[in-house]
Amino acid sequence: MKHIYSKKNRALLAELVRTDFKLRYQGSVLGYAWSLLRPLLLFAILYVVFVKVFPLGKGVPHYPVYLLLGLVMWNFFLEMTTQSLGSIVLRGDLIRKIRIPRWIIVLSASISALINLFLNLIVVMVFLFLNHVDLLMTTLWLPLIIIEVYILALGCSLWLAAGYVKYRDLNYIWEVIMQLGFYVTPIIYPMTRITSLTVKKLLLLNPMGQAVQDARYAVVTHGTTITKGVFSGGWYTYIPYIITIVVFITGLLYFKSQAKTFAENI
Amino acid sequence: MENNSERLAIKVDQVSKQFKLPHEKVTSLKSIFINFYRRRRTFEVQEALKNVSFDVKEGEFFAIVGRNGSGKSTLLKLLAGIYVPNNGSVTVNGRLTPFIELGVGFNMELTGRENVFLNGSLLGFNRKEMEAMYDDIVDFAELRRFMDQKLKNYSSGMQVRLAFSIAIRAKGDILLIDEVLAVGDADFQRKSLKYFKQLKKEKKTVVFVSHDMVSVQEFCDRGILIEDGVIKAAGNATQIAREYTLMFENSHLDSDTKGYRNRDPDERPGNGNVRITGVAIDVNKQEIDIKVDAKVNKDVSELIYGLMVMGEDGREITGFNNRSLKRPNLTHLKSGSEIKFNWKIQNIFKSGEYSLTLSLVSTQSRYDDFVDAGFFKVNKEKHSNTAVLPEVSVKHTIT
Repeated sequence: MKHIYSKKNRALLAELVRTDFKLRYQGSVLGYAWSLLRPLLLFAILYVVFVKVFPLGKGVPHYPVYLLLGLVMWNFFLEMTTQSLGSIVLRGDLIRKIRIPRWIIVLSASISALINLFLNLIVVMVFLFLNHVDLLMTTLWLPLIIIEVYILALGCSLWLAAGYVKYRDLNYIWEVIMQLGFYVTPIIYPMTRITSLTVKKLLLLNPMGQAVQDARYAVVTHGTTITKGVFSGGWYTYIPYIITIVVFITGLLYFKSQAKTFAENI
Repeated sequence: MENNSERLAIKVDQVSKQFKLPHEKVTSLKSIFINFYRRRRTFEVQEALKNVSFDVKEGEFFAIVGRNGSGKSTLLKLLAGIYVPNNGSVTVNGRLTPFIELGVGFNMELTGRENVFLNGSLLGFNRKEMEAMYDDIVDFAELRRFMDQKLKNYSSGMQVRLAFSIAIRAKGDILLIDEVLAVGDADFQRKSLKYFKQLKKEKKTVVFVSHDMVSVQEFCDRGILIEDGVIKAAGNATQIAREYTLMFENSHLDSDTKGYRNRDPDERPGNGNVRITGVAIDVNKQEIDIKVDAKVNKDVSELIYGLMVMGEDGREITGFNNRSLKRPNLTHLKSGSEIKFNWKIQNIFKSGEYSLTLSLVSTQSRYDDFVDAGFFKVNKEKHSNTAVLPEVSVKHTIT
């Protein structure tokens, strides 16, 4: 990993991300506008369903923004892991024919997802403004929370991208896991709806649950249930971070051990 | 020995590479589950390379030749660091430019311009460097009009031109080239030839994988011949080219001769002082044996004897005479004597029909010129597609 900042690798990374971005909206009339329009429209649907039809978030201040932020965080994780999963196999032509650091491919997929996250966050900001949410000082924590999610997602991505080369079932399995993850992470339902303290605790041991709630706490309302609120201190509160770090480090090691044989296994 | 010119650019030490080829014959849902629980699919181990060792010196043009599937591309990928050997080691001293293939990473949905930058980044250039040489690349490829079109609208020749123009900008001490010359039209091949000559002049180290023995002999200093994953021969380029060509001689061959076609000698050009009276051709796997009888009708002081092989289209493929074989002219032939020539030409011809033209001349006059003196047919399953000169010998007896 020591070459990560070499000029050559940075240029390659930038070019791969650029290509990815160019190709994403290739041939569409609205082009890049979709990267903002898509989250806006998706949110509009969820807004109608969960705010107007099934008002799950009654009693949560600024529930629309609260919901949106959770979704944006989750979608970032989902998009990054899903895209990374296929990234090595998709770029098989490069890997078989040229020696480039393999991790650059996963990293470029992750950066594409990061760019999308920032665009989505712009949409969130617009809604914050429309909902007259007071700007909280704790918003400054958000980058730290994003870094945590990014590290977790990168760890998963490394596992998935390397594993997918050998086991092509992984994408189906991951799809199911992500579906499950969507419901065990407090995204569309507010934590206040959950009565059992044990369930609350379990939900917040999930790093994504913890990160989503922290982000809401930091940006939308201090009324959000966060880890500190359900655990009375102690090392339990560190479990989500420990999971994140373990996933990242093992992912890195697994990827490294597998990278040597990518060219022949793809 | 350790002076600068003898430094090693690449050292390959007892390298072996195996591939596991899984048996992927899942016939039923049940077997999927059985395999899933066993976690181990059956596979076959293919040994692509076995105990391969060689060195490439700095500034050397090094050839790797061999049949399809012999392991040469695997070897090249090992040198490039794309594969990792199972045993042994590959040591590379210097910056290596791995253009195993032209246009790696080309994306059909991007414009020519965008592809130039993408491909450039894969060769290690950043955007600024690419912008500086962008115009040169486009001019060299002669594609300026097309740069804002998507690559999918390019012809394959145009794509190759663009890829080649970028690839030759790559700066490295060691270049790995896999048959890039095999594509493109005559104009393009001239350009790539020029590039090769330049590389040679600049004393770059080049590892060159090819089937084209003409290029190998023209450019390469040394080389290896790989067969079934082992080095079958190592040595200078000419030896390697010859060994390679000989490999195809063992292939199945079904020959027949049409032989001599009796034609009126008086209708043939030449003054008839010496006339060809009989031709017999015998083709086997190794050689084409041609027996020519001639009769001296009038004393001649000098005789030069030659032979040409023509292809089906009537064009000359190869030709020899005693001078080109460094044998003396025959002198002072008496009227009435008979000469028997026996030519033996190494059979490196590819499948097809050939015709022979025999000639008997002196520096001043022409005695006999026998066009279509005989025909022979070569039938090979495999053949070398090269223009290497065959080995030729000729003997004569005068009675």
